[in-house]
Amino acid sequence: MIEFNNVTKVYKKGFAAVKDINFTINPGEFIFIVGKSGAGKSTLIKLLLKEIHPSEGFINYYGEDITKIRKRNIAQYRRNIGFIFQDYRLLPKLTVYENIAFAMEMICCSSKYIRREIPIVLNMVGLSDKAKSYPDELSGGEQQRVAIARAIVNKPETIIADEPTGNLDNETSKEIMRILTEINKRGTTIIMATHDKEIVNQYQKRVIELKRGSIIRDVKVGGYFNEP
Amino acid sequence: MNLKKTKYIFLQAFKSMWRNRMMGLASIGSVTAVLLILGFVLLIVLNINNVALVTKESFDEVAVYLNEDISEEQINELGEDFKQIDGVLSVAYQSKDYALDKMKEDWGEDAYLLDGLQQNPLPNTYVVQLKDVANSENVIDELENYEGVEEVKFYEDAVNSLIAIADFIKKMGTGIIAVLLLISIFIISNTIKITVMNRKKEIELMQYIGATNGYVRGPFMIEGILLGTIGSVAAIIILMLAYNNVFDYLTARYVALLSGMSGYMVGVDMILSDLTIIFFTIGIGIGILGSLFSLKKFLSI
Repeated sequence: MIEFNNVTKVYKKGFAAVKDINFTINPGEFIFIVGKSGAGKSTLIKLLLKEIHPSEGFINYYGEDITKIRKRNIAQYRRNIGFIFQDYRLLPKLTVYENIAFAMEMICCSSKYIRREIPIVLNMVGLSDKAKSYPDELSGGEQQRVAIARAIVNKPETIIADEPTGNLDNETSKEIMRILTEINKRGTTIIMATHDKEIVNQYQKRVIELKRGSIIRDVKVGGYFNEP
Repeated sequence: MNLKKTKYIFLQAFKSMWRNRMMGLASIGSVTAVLLILGFVLLIVLNINNVALVTKESFDEVAVYLNEDISEEQINELGEDFKQIDGVLSVAYQSKDYALDKMKEDWGEDAYLLDGLQQNPLPNTYVVQLKDVANSENVIDELENYEGVEEVKFYEDAVNSLIAIADFIKKMGTGIIAVLLLISIFIISNTIKITVMNRKKEIELMQYIGATNGYVRGPFMIEGILLGTIGSVAAIIILMLAYNNVFDYLTARYVALLSGMSGYMVGVDMILSDLTIIFFTIGIGIGILGSLFSLKKFLSI
């Protein structure tokens, strides 16, 4: 369970990026965080990744108050979370296979385990035949699928996706969404920040809408807009 | 796992060193420069002190060291004989025990170093006062011809001024070295900073994935340490080659003058190991500090 409890983040200039945020995410949920640029989506994600610390309130991650995690334990904490970026962030000099192996080598895993797991995740994202390709030989959608494979290979409980379809066309976005839904069905919690109305309306998941740093809507099932 | 991590860290360090080889050379150069100056200062001070201790040459006093095995009587006889020599003003006897006590007094705080001696290594000595410095060579020749005389040495007041010079050089050197240390730490930290910038994306990614500090910081620390180590090695080689040449030149040239003496200069073999330890410590220290400074600023996600 992930719980935001009266979380406020005030940046140095005195402007509150998010204020008084309260919500709970249950294991296995798929949740859209929507809102315009500057509404506070990125701040929420950064708070959850412990990139920044709340000015007030606390964040509970599966029973642990992450505001109290010590600096040297942050790396350990982040291993619970897979992160997908809008701009994929693949390492250009490594092949698809090596990019995924890189994420595993950093935190664990015997070579034998790595050799066994990578084909499985590549198969999940439908890129089994691209293992030896370099990122610049792939389309945007394919790159994002590699990034997803990299995010799930360490089997995190939670995946945070920050505008994962932001750079992609409609068709490709749907493919990404299909994979994320698939991962969610296997029990992984997915938190996705987006302003892609079409996707949010189509998938009808839980939606948290932010406006000027506050939650103005939190519905179990809904679309991008507060429609009847 | 650990082997893999080590391999990764070193590989990254080597790669980035190669990529920034110009900055790397500048860093190595700065470390080498600091250490060379430190080395020169150390060697100069060491040698001036050595000269002061070894020579004890003076203008109007000569020390006559007597053989270990001659009797009390012979010693007295020699004293009488010395007085008769033309050009000698006066003669004063210093027993070896007296000499040791005096040495302890001279060494002051460091006198405890002498406590470990099993037996008194100093010789019984006659201090011979000369009438005229210009005449000294003849007198010395004569003194040396006596049986029971082991060696004739010059004393000097100049010793004190040498020590003063050494002191001055030491102080100057310390100041210069302090400034240069800061400069080379700055240069190394800049070099590492470039590497950090080059790999910014990768480092960010590693931090999001949850890579341990070893993976994130390791390569930069190793890069700093390697730059420092290479700088130290270069400094040691340069300094030793230079010193060896000077040493050979001077000892070859003045060997006649110093016949029988161990030499004015400290031998290379005597200082090599100490200097190596000092240089590596400082060189690697600069490298680590440089890395830490640049990492502290840039790795804060």
